[in-house]
Parts: sequence; structure tokens; C-alpha cells
Amino acid sequence: MAKPASTDTDISPDIAALSFEDALGELEKIVGDLERGKVKLDDAIAAYTRGAQLKRHCEMKLAAAKAKVEKIVVRPDGSVSAEESELN
Amino acid sequence: MPILTVGELAFALKRTVEDAFGRVRLRGEISGFKRHTSGHCYFRLKDMDAAIEAVLFRGSAGKLTIKPEDGMEVIATGRVTTYPGRSQYQIIVDTVELAGQGALLKLIEDRRKRLEAEGLFDADRKRDLPFLPEVIGVVTSPTGAVIRDILHRLADRLPRHVLVWPVLVQGDGAAEQVARAIKGFNALEPGGAVPRPDLLIVARGGGSLEDLMAFNEEVVIRAAAESQIPLISAVGHETDTTLIDFASDRRAPTPTAAAEMAVPVRAELLGQVMDDGARLVRSYSRMIGDRAERLTALARVMGDPQRMLEDFAQRLDDRWERLRLAGDGMFARIGSKIAEAAAALRPQRLFVLLEQRDERLEGVGQRLATAGGRALSDAERHVAQLGKLLDSYSHKSILERGFALVVGADGYLVASAADAKAGDGVTLRFHDGERAAVIDGAPVASSGAEKKAVAPKPIKPKPPAGSGNQGSLL
Repeated sequence: MAKPASTDTDISPDIAALSFEDALGELEKIVGDLERGKVKLDDAIAAYTRGAQLKRHCEMKLAAAKAKVEKIVVRPDGSVSAEESELN
Repeated sequence: MPILTVGELAFALKRTVEDAFGRVRLRGEISGFKRHTSGHCYFRLKDMDAAIEAVLFRGSAGKLTIKPEDGMEVIATGRVTTYPGRSQYQIIVDTVELAGQGALLKLIEDRRKRLEAEGLFDADRKRDLPFLPEVIGVVTSPTGAVIRDILHRLADRLPRHVLVWPVLVQGDGAAEQVARAIKGFNALEPGGAVPRPDLLIVARGGGSLEDLMAFNEEVVIRAAAESQIPLISAVGHETDTTLIDFASDRRAPTPTAAAEMAVPVRAELLGQVMDDGARLVRSYSRMIGDRAERLTALARVMGDPQRMLEDFAQRLDDRWERLRLAGDGMFARIGSKIAEAAAALRPQRLFVLLEQRDERLEGVGQRLATAGGRALSDAERHVAQLGKLLDSYSHKSILERGFALVVGADGYLVASAADAKAGDGVTLRFHDGERAAVIDGAPVASSGAEKKAVAPKPIKPKPPAGSGNQGSLL
């Protein structure tokens, strides 16, 4: 297995593709499993690693939240584009 | 001219008015609306030119579909009559409907029923709103308080990428623009130049029924019902209900409320994520700690393998030592037994035994000798006696009486004359000795007395004649 060991800071692609809600839900499930002590030790290490990545993914999703307001412009040919707007 | 009483006039007028007008539909504005504790309602219908008192009895008031209030333009249906006590004419109202809007409302209600029958408002058409939409499409007027309220509330909670599709929200073409905007957002390809929203808000501020009428139009209702993107309707004030509210996935009472439905609060989410992160670390460490503790405890119970080996080695040594000692002991015991046995093997004992045997033998010999001696002397005496007795019976005694024995040269008695041949040497044996003699040959006249000298009984039995002859031949 030449796959490099993932660290907390490397977010695996499948996690990066998760929605915030799914990531948060999975994180809470992992935490719940760990808290109940129902996880095998080997699995716990993987679960912890994944949990840490999920947490980081969630944080990044929230940190990346930035207001951006665009206005839709419909051209005469019916095509649509968006342009920056100062509505607020 | 006859004289009438006031009452007569009043009742005459009453009859006249009632006969002349009967039931009427009156359009006017409500003013001075009062509900009496009896449940009857009293108000005035007025327009720019006149006013008429109106009474709404309790029974009719309960059946109204609208709640009359001052300033409301209504069409009241009832019968015109008079109130003689006050010299006034009035209308007893039994139904009140909104003037101008009455027909409109009926149209809206009919449309609602038709579209509902079509299934456009079915509960199973409703989609869940995304938990955290990335892009929110807003269909509303680009000017005014509505879009500002929405953007501000979104910024407060969780800033998002907002796409505003500007539309007219009232007047000619408003409905078509709103419907086109909803469809336009749905037509956006995911990953296209313009990002496809994952949530739509269709919003408009408060206004009259006519103002909101665009959101009751079928084209808008159908567009909302068919939207693949979850849609929140936020049209008018909380009390206003338009048909798009039936077709949308969620109805917000106000545009601000729509923004609140659209996104969670970032601070809360961050708190939740941080909390989950802390719980993750805590539970993981506790889990590792627990395992380590259990391992330590188990190891303690299990013991040090080195010490266990030492234990066994010691036990082995111990057993070996005991075995060795036991072997030595056994040999020692066997040896001592042999020595014991050897010690018991002394020849002296045998000698003693032999001496004892000798002694016994001697004793027995002595006893035998003694007994034998005694027995011998007894026997001797007995023999002597027997000898004497024998002597008494022997030929000697006979010899003593004068007889002699003739014994041949061969030692045998010559008991017969025939055997005494002439010339034979014989021996004459007397009781007191012997004398040699020779037979002279001639037979002598028999004389009994002489002849008796020859013993009838030989000492030795004479062998047969033949043998004697033969013997001599030998």
C-alpha cells in the first residue's frame, strides 16, 4: 500500500465532496460511537482521523461563508449571466 | 288633510321604503364599526355622497367569511328599512363581501380548488430545504426593503452567495416575470457560468389583494410547484396568503423569516463543530486511556513472563534437588538394608547351629549308646538263655547221652549207611570231642542200639549225591 498516511490537515477527497450537513452528521455519529466506546481500537484510530478531517471540513465550509450578491441579467437572446450587485 | 300621528307616519314610511326597495346590494366603506355585547354589529356604510346606518344581527355576523372593519370597502346585501324611533332609514345586512375584491377572491378560491384537485399542492410534492445552501436564488424586486431585509438577515446568520433575479412584483407582466425567473433558475446547469442555486426565495412585501395578485396567478403557481429547486414563498405580510404559498415547499410569513428558514446561524454551527471536535478528542483520548488502563490491569494480572520463567526454573531446580535427594536416600536405604542383611550373614551362627546339631547328635548318640548297650546286654542275656534253651534241645545233649555224629570228609553228616563207603574217612563227633575213623566197609548185622549212633539230623543238609560226586570231580 503506497498510499500515504493521511493527516488531520489532509482532507480526503470523499470528505471534501461532502455537504456541510452530511459532514457534520457523520462527525456527530463518530463522536457518538467513540463516546459510547463501541468502536474497536483500530477502527477508533481511523474514526478519529476521519472525525478530525470532517471537523476541519466543516470549519472550512463555515469560514468560507462570505456574502456575495449578484444580479441576474437576461440578455435579449434569453441567455443568463450574473453580475456583481451592490444591493445591500 | 287628515292628521297623522308620528307613529302612523313612521310606519307608513317604513312600509313605503320596504316596499319600494326591498333587498338591495350596497357598496360602501365601513365606518364606526361596533360590535355590541349582544353580538349584533352596528356600523355605517358611506361613500363620498351619503351614509346609511347598517345593522348586522348576530346570526348573520357569525356566517360572514370576512371580518368587517373600518375603512373596508364592502358590498353589503340586505333589506332597506327604517328605524322609526330615531327617524332614520337603515339597512339590515345579512352578508358582507369585500367590494371589488369579492369577485377576485372568489376567482382565487375557485383557482385554488382547481389546482388543489390537480394535485399541485400535495404534501408529497414538498421538498426538504437544504440544511446549508451554497447559493440562494431570490426572485423579487431589486429595489425596496424586501431584498435588503433578506440580504441583511442572511449576512447576520450565515453569509451566502445570493443571486437576485429582478422582477416586477405587481402590475402588468409581473406574474410572467416571476414565473420566468423561477424557471430560469431551474434551467441553470450545475457547474455552469452562473451557479445553480440550491434554494429559491420568492418574495414580495405587503400590499393589497390586487397588489399581491401576481402571486395568485396560475403561471406563477405552476412554476413554483414544478420547481426542482426547493422554494420558499414570502409574499406580503403574515396575514396575507397567496396561492404561491400553497405551491411552495415552505411558506415564510415575511421576507426576513424566509432568510431565517434558508440558513442556520453560523456562530451556532461553528460552536457545534468546535464542540464536536472537542468531544472527538476527549472521547478518543478517553477511549485510548481506557484501553491502556485495561491493558495495564491485565498485564498486572498476567505477571512478568521473565519472572514466571524464573519461577518455573526455581521450581524445576527444586524438583531436581528433591529427586536427587530422594535417589540418594533410596540408594542409601538399599545399601543399609544390604549391609544389614550382610551383617546378619555371620558364619558363627552356622557354627553355632552346627555345634548345636553336634551336641544334639552327641546326646542322641549317647542316648543311643546307652539305650543300645542296655538293649545289647538284654539281648545277650536273652541270647544266652536262648542258647541254653537251644542247648537243651541240641544234638549235643543227645550226644551226651551217648550218641555220636558221623561227619564226612566234606563236613556233611553221613546220615545213611549207603553213603558210608568203605575206605571213607569220617569224623566221629562226640559230645566232648571228635575222633577220626575210617569206614572198614562190611555192613554189620543191624542192631538198633548201635545204629542209633548215627544222627538222623545232619548239621548241614547234605547236598544231592550227584553234586557230591561232581564236587569231588572238581
